[in-house]
Amino acid sequence: MKQRQVGLPGWIFVPAALGAALVLLPLVGMASRVEWGSFVELVTSDSALTALWLSLKTSLVATLLCLLLGVPMALVLARTSFRGQGVVRSLVLLPLVLPPVVGGIALLYTFGRRGLLGEELDALGLQVAFSTSAVVLAQTFVSLPFLVVSLEGSLRSAGARYEEVAASLGARPTTVFRRVTLPLVLPGLVSGAVLSFARALGEFGATITFAGSLEGTTRTLPLFIYNLRVVDPDAAVAMSLVLVAVAVLVIAFARPGRSTW
Amino acid sequence: MSLELDAQVAQRDVDVALEAADGETVAVLGPNGAGKSTLLAVAAGLLRPDTGRVVLDGVELTGPGVWVAPHARRIALLAQDPLLFPHLSSLENVAFGPRSRGVRRRPAREQARSWLEEVGVADLADRPPGELSGGQAQRVAVARALAADPRLLLLDEPMAALDVAVRPALRQSLRRVLADRTVVLVTHDVLDALLLADRVVVVDAGRVVEAGPTTDVLTRPRSAFTARIAGLNMVRGAWRDGAVVAPDGHVVRGLTADPAPADGDTVVAVFRPNAVSVFREPPGGSPRNTIDATVTDLEPFGDQVRVRAATASGHSLAADVTSLATAELDLVPGAPVVFSIKATEVSIYRT
Repeated sequence: MKQRQVGLPGWIFVPAALGAALVLLPLVGMASRVEWGSFVELVTSDSALTALWLSLKTSLVATLLCLLLGVPMALVLARTSFRGQGVVRSLVLLPLVLPPVVGGIALLYTFGRRGLLGEELDALGLQVAFSTSAVVLAQTFVSLPFLVVSLEGSLRSAGARYEEVAASLGARPTTVFRRVTLPLVLPGLVSGAVLSFARALGEFGATITFAGSLEGTTRTLPLFIYNLRVVDPDAAVAMSLVLVAVAVLVIAFARPGRSTW
Repeated sequence: MSLELDAQVAQRDVDVALEAADGETVAVLGPNGAGKSTLLAVAAGLLRPDTGRVVLDGVELTGPGVWVAPHARRIALLAQDPLLFPHLSSLENVAFGPRSRGVRRRPAREQARSWLEEVGVADLADRPPGELSGGQAQRVAVARALAADPRLLLLDEPMAALDVAVRPALRQSLRRVLADRTVVLVTHDVLDALLLADRVVVVDAGRVVEAGPTTDVLTRPRSAFTARIAGLNMVRGAWRDGAVVAPDGHVVRGLTADPAPADGDTVVAVFRPNAVSVFREPPGGSPRNTIDATVTDLEPFGDQVRVRAATASGHSLAADVTSLATAELDLVPGAPVVFSIKATEVSIYRT
């Protein structure tokens, strides 16, 4: 038996199909330009592998940072109430809507040499801007909201009742967090982390502004492709396809229904 | 462990005081929204009252400038939903309390196993909560609450979410495990109060309207709410051949709790007035329980009429019928009637 629903107006399928085409057609267009004969060669060149490796490494570290900072943030937002919480939540989500290049400039004038904390960092012998740390920082900046939003949704829908029962059974807050809260929101946590990883992997604007594009140090895959598209379009297309493949894998991991996102 | 609780929560318009002596089970009866759950939340330390105190065995847990965290109170909470941790097996759920107190894994599991046995679900130890029926899950939840070795046990309508058919058995189990414990039981089922509680506190609109020993409150209700829910019919007798045989010869069949009574046990059959059908002639060929009685008085009761009748031996019973039926049956004091009750509406307990 098929579930009958209230019928949709027929015309609604036209813009829906157009929208789907807008998303899918460029992928087809790109795939059609791939030089399959030299594909493997193109994506395994030294500089390509260096960029890919740098991207994976920095994105992974950024995801870990997101977990380390984002889980507590989500907990504070979901499980406490304080004055101005709404404002704090909006500000935390700012990087979601901010143009990444603006984020990069903000980071530069905070952690850069002449930035807000530049002198202090300099005194400690730390030079953040235009280093691999800057890449990680930029990636963390843009992907943190993905984890926080995803996890806060999971925490809210899981509710606090299991935690209350756990406390009444004598579990300290840390035990409740470890043995009840975390396992209950694990699916949301995983999909949030995967989304953060994907966002970090695709990060471009903030990275190029704050970290620059130095091969082996800050030139991640998106930056590499951007550089390559003029001098070697074939290689750029091939590497783009690799990123598409990674993105598809990520979506398969964090598909809707696993979390509120 | 004796409990003294006194709480005012303005936002929910609650102002109640409650006491439970060491080893006593106090039932808190009241309609929905009366403030019963607020009271439990205050006791458990999940809600801080505007003013008030919670004192357990002479030690202040909530009070002016005093706040003991929920986990340090040793007050276990059993809610309507079992709320078993879905990622842990039954056994690990029950072992959660001991583990949280610092008991090592192996002894904690042994304790958990014996508590599961105590509530009759030892065979479900390895099941995940998702594979348990409602009644089984609530039994595991009872074991989990007891395994935490609480000084006070709070039960929030523990049977409300369960199938009617499994309630008597769980009630019987609770009766056994709650004996000698200090318990606050929130319920709107008067049967729970009758069979589990030593004292009853009736709460309505955030205030205590009645309090006293269970039988006093339920037989001589003074508030409208109590009057509506009380008035349960009870037939005492001996257990013979699968039925309650009253001294006057009436035989009442019903649902028993495990383990079934043995022949000769003193038992009581309990049923609600609204489960009784009233006839002027014995209904022919009916498998129902029938009791002969004479109408003693009629009392309007919402949109119904409560018919009180006495058996030949003077035992008083009540039935709720519509005013139309009252007229059609020509029910007046002195009229002979037959009360008929489906066996599935009768709960039988050992006393």
